[in-house]
Amino acid sequence: MSETVLETRDIVRDYHIGGGLFGKTQTIHAVKGVSLTLEKGKTLAIVGESGCGKSTLARMITMIDAPTAGELLIDGEKVDIAKKGLTSALRRKVQIVFQNPYGSLNPRQKIGDVLMEPLIINSDVPAAERRDRAMQMLTKVGLAPEHFNRYPHMFSGGQRQRIAIARALMLNPRLLVLDEPVSALDLSVQAQVLNLLADLQEEFGLTYVFISHDLSVVRYIADEVMVMYFGEAVEYGTRDQVFADPKHDYTKTLFAATPRADVESIRKRLAKRAA
Amino acid sequence: MAQTNPKQADAAIGLEGGPAVAATRRAMLAEFWHYFRQNRGAVIGLFIFTTIVIIAILAPVLAPHSPSMQNRGALLVPPVWEAGGTWQYVLGTDAIGRDILSRLLYGARFSLFIGLVVVTLSVTVGVTIGVFAGYFRGVIDVAVMRLMDVILAFPSLLLALVLVAILGPGLMNAMIAIALVLQPHFVRLTRAAVMSEKGRDYVTAARVAGAGRFRLMFKTILPNCTAPLIVQATLSFSTAILDAAALGFLGMGAQPPTPEWGTMLAEAREFILRAWWVVTFPGLAILITVLAINLVGDGLRDALDPKLKRS
Amino acid sequence: MALLEIENLTVEFDTSGGTLRAVDGVSLSVEAGEVLAIVGESGSGKSVSMLAVMGLLPWTATVKADRMTFQGRDILNLSPSDRRRIVGKDISMIFQEPVASLNPCFTVGFQIEETLKTHTDLDRKARRQRAVELFHSVGLPDPERRLGSFPHQMSGGQCQRVMIAIALACGPKLLIADEPTTALDVTIQKQILDLLLDLQAKTGMGLILITHDMAVVAETADRVIVQYMGRQMEEADVLTLFESPKHAYTKALLSALPENATGDRLPTVADFDLENTPSTGGA
Repeated sequence: MSETVLETRDIVRDYHIGGGLFGKTQTIHAVKGVSLTLEKGKTLAIVGESGCGKSTLARMITMIDAPTAGELLIDGEKVDIAKKGLTSALRRKVQIVFQNPYGSLNPRQKIGDVLMEPLIINSDVPAAERRDRAMQMLTKVGLAPEHFNRYPHMFSGGQRQRIAIARALMLNPRLLVLDEPVSALDLSVQAQVLNLLADLQEEFGLTYVFISHDLSVVRYIADEVMVMYFGEAVEYGTRDQVFADPKHDYTKTLFAATPRADVESIRKRLAKRAA
Repeated sequence: MAQTNPKQADAAIGLEGGPAVAATRRAMLAEFWHYFRQNRGAVIGLFIFTTIVIIAILAPVLAPHSPSMQNRGALLVPPVWEAGGTWQYVLGTDAIGRDILSRLLYGARFSLFIGLVVVTLSVTVGVTIGVFAGYFRGVIDVAVMRLMDVILAFPSLLLALVLVAILGPGLMNAMIAIALVLQPHFVRLTRAAVMSEKGRDYVTAARVAGAGRFRLMFKTILPNCTAPLIVQATLSFSTAILDAAALGFLGMGAQPPTPEWGTMLAEAREFILRAWWVVTFPGLAILITVLAINLVGDGLRDALDPKLKRS
Repeated sequence: MALLEIENLTVEFDTSGGTLRAVDGVSLSVEAGEVLAIVGESGSGKSVSMLAVMGLLPWTATVKADRMTFQGRDILNLSPSDRRRIVGKDISMIFQEPVASLNPCFTVGFQIEETLKTHTDLDRKARRQRAVELFHSVGLPDPERRLGSFPHQMSGGQCQRVMIAIALACGPKLLIADEPTTALDVTIQKQILDLLLDLQAKTGMGLILITHDMAVVAETADRVIVQYMGRQMEEADVLTLFESPKHAYTKALLSALPENATGDRLPTVADFDLENTPSTGGA
């Protein structure tokens, strides 16, 4: 019954930083052998601080960058873009939503064109149907048909993120990689976008890889959690396991550092301050 | 008319977007004009430039004489307000009795033509090379940029002279030479803009949507690099006119009897002391045209400066 | 007497599209030794009102208030030279982007000594010594060597520590921290917040913390002001605010926190009726 949508086996990514003509090239191990499996309809959250390699991992899963070593399997099929390149069928299976809604939309492209571009490139759907599908998707993510012909700068951050999500869904992907999709948004807008993501997951049976540094969001949305630290997965398990019983020291530090907004901890703090 | 058709098509599918697009475009133009208008010099420049374009188009109607008709009875006639001037030749005649005013009016055609051809040529070639260099980086980039550095290291007029000497004198060859000398600026500008845009998320997003290299380069990235290119193109327009005039003056550009302004200057060289008008008026024509275009270029720079309006 | 008192502050900006009211009738007061949090989303005018106090707004801004005093002294109609004597000495401010707030061309030591030179009459040697002390107090290891570092050689957390050291250089009575940890990682955020609270408790200064993060408020503040669209929605001490929020907007904000989620969907601000609840602003 359970289908595995995504699997990585000891996936590694090194960056070579050239020292120019004379300097030695330096190798940076951004991701040092991460293995994971993810079933259909589930959400895996990847947590870590800036520079821990979580975005690099996201780019490999989205097949933007090729892994230096290790295997990436999507729907049980082995992917090797460095050697074999990428078929359109494979391309359609994984899509991504970026953190910064202001940078991820082409300022010179109307919203309608943003949504129809994936169809133009990857399919031979006739123009009228493309338009209909884009229009449907627009209403599905909570925007109106009259937004179709507007430019990105006329939208707020939350609306742009909705557009980015709509674009990612145009090709009916199996797996959606969400690279900090709500961390640039205000709290109230963040709640709306998280709700939208939950609705869409139910409706389309989507599988999410959710990159975040915000543990409260992760706790809310994830089924499984992976904590990354300097390119390694130091903690990997179901949400309840990880939150109830963190094993690694770093995970414990991370949990301790996360500010809490509940009344109990405020009381405790005030008592300590008064003392 | 071509504008209204897609709008009707939109309306036919029940979209309210048609008028909205037109309104957006109008709003963008209005915003551009708002910023452009702030610069009074630019507006004056635009006015002068428009006048020159109209003159060039209407030259056969406006000119009192044919630009190549010689009048043996009226050699070096001074302009009308000098002693001995006549209303027949308002700005006087040159050494072989041709009307200077008519020649200047026709000369505007050549100057605009030169500017247009040179800019089109150097923009097309320069932008294409720049996009490739900026997108692929690596060996292509190094090779291209070193070549451009070599071209830029020559004094531009000297290089143009050498090229014309190789290709042979003539207006067409002069234009090719000038275009070649000017295009490194476009290569550099485009390359820099492409490099900074290439790392943006929307480009990666288009890649994830499956866009191929050429689509990414020319459809996704290039439209976002246009502002500095428009400014550079305008300024190159005036440089082209100036260089062409210089080549003409040195006898390497347009050949007599073409009424090109630089060539007119060259022909009049020996009469500078005797008849000031034969050099002054072509010189003034070049000065005014180049100044007007440069003023417009400055205005465009202000209006298109991305720092002023971040969306 | 309150340290800083503001009554009915209004800030308007002249733009090409007309006048924009960024802050509308905000009143607040801070006592010495108190931590006041101003919380709100982007566009709520929380930073603008504090920039108005500092006199750092661009010339397009018009600042109006019934009263704006610091230690009982009017700071609204201050001459620029008088203002400079107070700002940076008695009132300091730190900003969101620590790396961008430091001048990349000079060593951090030069930048902190520059502040000391402007506001104190210490000689060169004493300034140096004071700088070392300050770096030590903000928890920068090996302060003597650190003084010779350039901002790009330090991490974001270290740069924020330097900013705090500079802000504290002249012993301010009031420190305004504008989203001091938003650009930092959670573990670094914890360190910086602890440092700020620790220094505040030691020196007894007033601390105004501007933030969008309810959890940061819960961890730091004594008193909280909630702002929305330039208006003051609610003012309460921190426990009351989290236990029994009065204003609909505050309730909405608290329930939009993922950790307070009860079902599998989060309530959003749109689910609350903001219009029919009176605001406490300007009272």
